[in-house]
Amino acid sequence: MKKIFGKPECMTDKPFHYCPGCGHGIVHRLIGEVVDELGIQDRTIGVPPVGCAVVMYHYFNIDMTEAPHGRTPAVATGIKRVHPDKVVFTYQGDGDLAAIGTGEIIHAANRGERITTIFVNNAVYGMTGGQMAPTTLVGQKTTTTPLGRDARLIGYPIKISEMLAITDGSIYIERVAVNKPANIIKAKKAIKKAFQIQLEDRGFSMVEVLSQCPVNLGLTSQKAAEWIDNTLMKTYPLGVIKDKSGE
Amino acid sequence: MSKVIIDKEICKGCGLCISACPKEALSISKIQNSKGFFHAEVACPEKCTSCTFCGLVCPDIAIKIYK
Repeated sequence: MKKIFGKPECMTDKPFHYCPGCGHGIVHRLIGEVVDELGIQDRTIGVPPVGCAVVMYHYFNIDMTEAPHGRTPAVATGIKRVHPDKVVFTYQGDGDLAAIGTGEIIHAANRGERITTIFVNNAVYGMTGGQMAPTTLVGQKTTTTPLGRDARLIGYPIKISEMLAITDGSIYIERVAVNKPANIIKAKKAIKKAFQIQLEDRGFSMVEVLSQCPVNLGLTSQKAAEWIDNTLMKTYPLGVIKDKSGE
Repeated sequence: MSKVIIDKEICKGCGLCISACPKEALSISKIQNSKGFFHAEVACPEKCTSCTFCGLVCPDIAIKIYK
């Protein structure tokens, strides 16, 4: 029998530290498969965030450098400008990209930096213990919004992908999810396209991945995956938000 | 040989593979692994069609699939 599925070659054998049912592992695997398929393992440089994925460099056999909280696009910009032949990607959560790092990502996208950003949105702060994130839905209960997010008091969930789509420097922005097999297959295609846009030196590309955080949502793994379908996607609909790759 | 091999030491027993399997070939083991998780196991290997759905949803890449 022939092996048809397993861990990507560019990943190490170290088991993930993530909680059971966490979507980060799936996104890691998709990145690993795309790097393998494009044959860019020896010239890829990743920039992990501060957050649950902070020790992402343990899991990949590719070069990575850590960045201060939210400053991942700034570090990636520097690397890409010094090494334009390298493939540079950033991996950020919603606490990193949509909160403390909002300024960095908007200007990186607006400058049209030739980097690829993987934005993992699970609508809650994971590593710090389930506090409200800027992407938390109206009415969603977290440890800092025990009665649900009140839009009158705290505002509305931020739609970073739509915000970045209006910048001229961004070429490709898509929102995908990793809650079920069909969505995971689409997510991989989107991540591959985002990397290809960087390889073609077109401009900024980003994939927003809706991911499940069962522990901090207070749900089982299966219920958290269903919650993405039934609740999160109403505020963050899937689909291509901007695609100028054909122009 | 089973078409699906689950590494029971890596599996954290989240059960996503069990709900993804269209043939209901997987189940949660009654025995814990060394970390204390009740890991997934292939209960009915003869039902498996190597569709890879279990591997696609596995957050820990604990599943190898053969065809």
